[in-house]
Amino acid sequence: MDRIQLKKIANQIRQDIIEMIAEAGSGHPGGSLSIVEILVSLYFGGILKYDPQNPHWEERDRFILSKAHGAPALYAVLSRAGFFDKSELLTLRKINSRLQGHTDRIKLPCLETSGGALGQGLSIGIGIALAALYQKKDWQVFVLMSDAEQEEGSTMEGMLCAVQYKLNNLVGIIDANRFQIDGRVDEIMGGKTIKERYLAFGWEVIEVDGHSFSELFDAFEKSKTIKKPVCIFANTIKGKGVSFMENKAKWHSGAPNKEEEKFALMELKKEAEGL
Amino acid sequence: MLIENWHQKEKLETKGTRDGFGDAILELGEQNPNIVILCADLAESTRTMNFQQKFPERFFEMGITEQNMALVAAGMALSGLVPFMCSFAVFSPIGNLTQIRASIAYNQANVKIVSSHSGISVGEDGATHQATEDIAIMRAIPGMVVLTPCDFEEAKKMTIAAAKYKGPVYLRFERPKTPVFTKKENPFEIGKAQILKDGKDVAIITCGSLVYEALLAAKDLEKEGIYAMIVNNPSIKPLDKSTILEVAKKTKAIITVEDHQIEGGMGSAIAEFISQNFPVPMEFVGIEDSFGESGQFEKLRAKFHLNSYFIKEKVKQVLKKGRVNS
Repeated sequence: MDRIQLKKIANQIRQDIIEMIAEAGSGHPGGSLSIVEILVSLYFGGILKYDPQNPHWEERDRFILSKAHGAPALYAVLSRAGFFDKSELLTLRKINSRLQGHTDRIKLPCLETSGGALGQGLSIGIGIALAALYQKKDWQVFVLMSDAEQEEGSTMEGMLCAVQYKLNNLVGIIDANRFQIDGRVDEIMGGKTIKERYLAFGWEVIEVDGHSFSELFDAFEKSKTIKKPVCIFANTIKGKGVSFMENKAKWHSGAPNKEEEKFALMELKKEAEGL
Repeated sequence: MLIENWHQKEKLETKGTRDGFGDAILELGEQNPNIVILCADLAESTRTMNFQQKFPERFFEMGITEQNMALVAAGMALSGLVPFMCSFAVFSPIGNLTQIRASIAYNQANVKIVSSHSGISVGEDGATHQATEDIAIMRAIPGMVVLTPCDFEEAKKMTIAAAKYKGPVYLRFERPKTPVFTKKENPFEIGKAQILKDGKDVAIITCGSLVYEALLAAKDLEKEGIYAMIVNNPSIKPLDKSTILEVAKKTKAIITVEDHQIEGGMGSAIAEFISQNFPVPMEFVGIEDSFGESGQFEKLRAKFHLNSYFIKEKVKQVLKKGRVNS
């Protein structure tokens, strides 16, 4: 798939996110919009092996959204990839929906895991990666974390474990959108030294622009050749693509009102016309 | 149900229930290559060192990262393995509860959470190492199975049953050597209680190695003309509701006995059920809202009112209550 097509998909996913969260009346637009290119490159750029007709296909690669408040982005991507019908997207966060506010694997079995409590996805990924090595399977494991999530002690336990077991089938991706609920990640707790910590713990760190498909693809390609756990540190913009949401901690959670939704969609449609 | 001469305490073999787990997990390892162990720097204490020697490729040392251990176990279970994650109850499940809740239980992941050291019976290490809140915490988690055996033999059967069961299970074993008093051939089934000794006046519903103390108390009470039924209740969740109801109807008085806080423990589980279905007078033997302390475990049991002497006292109290009520 060429870059223009990928950009068109990313744009459509962003429109879906805005519509879903506006319809739900709540959600996490900032951190959903920031991960769109990462998800699109994984699912539509040929990085992940998967089969929407057979979501539990043994040989598939495993993707874990550790920052599960970004669920609207993942749902929009999964439906576009063919795992379920797009019409379901507008049930997000509503009663009896399979699309829970944070991911629920029992309700939506095409997910690898339930999520929502931060700091848990990395070590679940480690468990899956260890199971692959023990069972002599060659699936790859990708875990998408937030930058703020690096504050969790359990994340740091996982950082140790991945290196201890020399996992070369695990890629951790950090959506470094630089904002968390109470403000800037680099001002709240240890956010200035995330990359340094990964390096010190023994990971390979590849820093990219998390909205650049070419940089993301290069990083994923490179990660395959590295015989230790790889952290792709993706610099992103919280709220990317919607001008009034960009770089605003306020839009970590919340829903656009009717007018804001209209404006956001107008901006995104305008962007799409330029592609 | 009981072995011959069960009441001759000094003649009985004594073994830790954790040793029953250690033996069973080794057998299971031979039968099922999907069974793996995660260890938090406690291989010998949790009795997994033999498994480690025999199946090093399936023994995953996690160091003292109990939160990581729970999550790795979840990931392995989601990939078709059957992980047993082993530590002391104060560290796991109490130290990594949010990981167990969100990533094991909510995922319905097939993880077995094993504690080798539970209750004040941990002994000399003192209060930080004596989990007396774990039953309350674990039985409140949706879908969690909570089991604790009365002796070595039951511990073995329980471990095998937990491995066969698909879904999260909490296995609560104990450190000290305690009497082996049940027969090898006794059946064990998740969700089943066993009447070890019949009686008409009161039912003592109990779990863990204190079941033996309850049996001794019942034997003594016979001399005073009080006939206590002893119910071993290893399956705290799911509860054997039909047996508990039958027992309540027959004896019309219940005391519960456990090495755990009274608040929220096995006795609470019985009270929740009985109060809704067939209310009878109840008394509870358990830890009374305090932390434990260092000491030899039998001395601790005496100090914390967890031995046959106090069980007899509670039986008399509940019978008095019954007379007042009627």
